[in-house]
Amino acid sequence: MYPPAFEYAAPESVEEALDRLAEVGDEGRILAGGQSLIPMMKLRLAAPAHLIDINEIAELAYIREVNGHLAIGALTRHADVVRSEVVAGGCATMASAAPWVADPLVRNRGTVCGSVAHCDPEGDWNSVMLAVGAEVVARSKQGERVIPISEFVVDFFTNSLRPGEMVTELRVPRDDDRSGGAYLKLERKIGDYATVGVAAHLRLDEQGRIARAGLALTSVGPINLKVTEAEEMMVGQEPGDELFAEAAQIAARTCEPTSDVRGPAEYKRSVVAAYTRRAFGRALAGARGET
Amino acid sequence: MEIEVTVNGVAYRRDTEPRRLLVDFIRTELGLTGTHIGCDTTSCGACTVLFDGVPVKSCTMFAVQADGHELTTVEGLRRNGELSPVQAAFKEHHGLQCGFCTPGMMLVATALLSSNPDPTEEEVRWALSGNICRCTGYTNIVEAIRSAAATMHETAGVES
Ligand SMILES: Cc1cc2nc3c(=O)[nH]c(=O)nc-3n(C[C@H](O)[C@H](O)[C@H](O)COP(=O)(O)OP(=O)(O)OC[C@H]3O[C@@H](n4cnc5c(N)ncnc54)[C@H](O)[C@@H]3O)c2cc1C
Ligand code: FES
Ligand code: FES
Repeated sequence: MYPPAFEYAAPESVEEALDRLAEVGDEGRILAGGQSLIPMMKLRLAAPAHLIDINEIAELAYIREVNGHLAIGALTRHADVVRSEVVAGGCATMASAAPWVADPLVRNRGTVCGSVAHCDPEGDWNSVMLAVGAEVVARSKQGERVIPISEFVVDFFTNSLRPGEMVTELRVPRDDDRSGGAYLKLERKIGDYATVGVAAHLRLDEQGRIARAGLALTSVGPINLKVTEAEEMMVGQEPGDELFAEAAQIAARTCEPTSDVRGPAEYKRSVVAAYTRRAFGRALAGARGET
Repeated sequence: MEIEVTVNGVAYRRDTEPRRLLVDFIRTELGLTGTHIGCDTTSCGACTVLFDGVPVKSCTMFAVQADGHELTTVEGLRRNGELSPVQAAFKEHHGLQCGFCTPGMMLVATALLSSNPDPTEEEVRWALSGNICRCTGYTNIVEAIRSAAATMHETAGVES
């Protein structure tokens, strides 16, 4: 299968990439890991006239800890996250999701920022980012914007980037010693997208009550669903299975699964409930330092 | 577009259209047909090559992206005219039947053993989980890789 012809550029700096992006306008697309874009081009679901390949921009390949958050550069691959000690120690939700994204070969190429930009409701990373409250750094020739993830993911395969902008970094709040998180994913086989994915995050206050709760769902709606109602209900409460069961009920009621090859809608709804409860259980254990 | 790629230690300079897929470039332009096309949809791993030492699916990259990089295909596994330890172990342990997945399996195994010389069975299975085999049931592939690891240890022991 061959994609339609396109013009190709492989800039070596962000500046150069932004110049090129400004030049080609709406006709241009960023090529990151290519693990979603190239298959779509081969199926002719996408036909960009210009590809701006960011794989030669070495300055974008990093995972750093800066001022209380983790900074994930646009050339950070899924496999880099799997191996990262900064992530292992700084964001439990990300660390538990990384090994379940795609398969090892796809993880060697695909990028976290590419996945976030792609806004596929079956993608795992946007649930993680919604649950932990990440921010997306977008740059264009006009300057830089920092966009909360909940305003970045706008619709089915649609983000809120403006023409001429690219994602250069993700900012993920660093877990403190009263935070914990988990990502649970049901998949039919390795390399398959989630039948259901649940990202949960908790921060406790000094009394051990919930100071912040994050909950987002994969593959059960037109976008990754942030379950705000459950998040708000949990704040100020005593954490525990009873509360998590209540959050699970809200999640099951809020999600919008469809019946497909991965299972009937009602089955997926039950998995959402079970996984929500379990994911918060793990998040709590992490927040209490019990793991 | 003119690109320069090093494949199995040999530098090639070629003119290629940007939309040309890397797997097709390797097979038709360079005549290295050991890299197979199984699914053409990023699912099977038959097209695996090492890109700067890292296993990737060459049906899901453009040839132009390899400009200035180094590739290893199954043809490059031989050492001094002899089978590499991984190749020899696949032969000895019957780690293949039809052989269609085998180049990808051996390249993934080679990359795994270079970063983790003594993997557990679970680590081997995990590393192979992007490569599909429709014949063997994987058992002999896993055995071959663990045996290659043992052989490489012994050889390293003798040399040092
Ligand atoms: C077999 C297979 C299994 C998979 N399984 C999973 C899975 O289980 N879970 C999962 O989450 N994903 C899965 N994926 C998708 C994979 O994670 C992709 O890597 C990811 O969706 C896209 O990241 P990429 O870097 O490959 O982006 P690309 O494919 O290069 O780009 C995707 C889109 O994002 C845009 N884009 C990329 N980077 C930027 C940027 N920096 N700024 C602006 N726009 C940008 C591109 O223009 C394009 O529109 C799978 C893919 C395959 C092939
Ligand atoms: S041919 Fe490339 S993954 Fe199947
Ligand atoms: S040996 Fe036939 S596909 Fe693996």
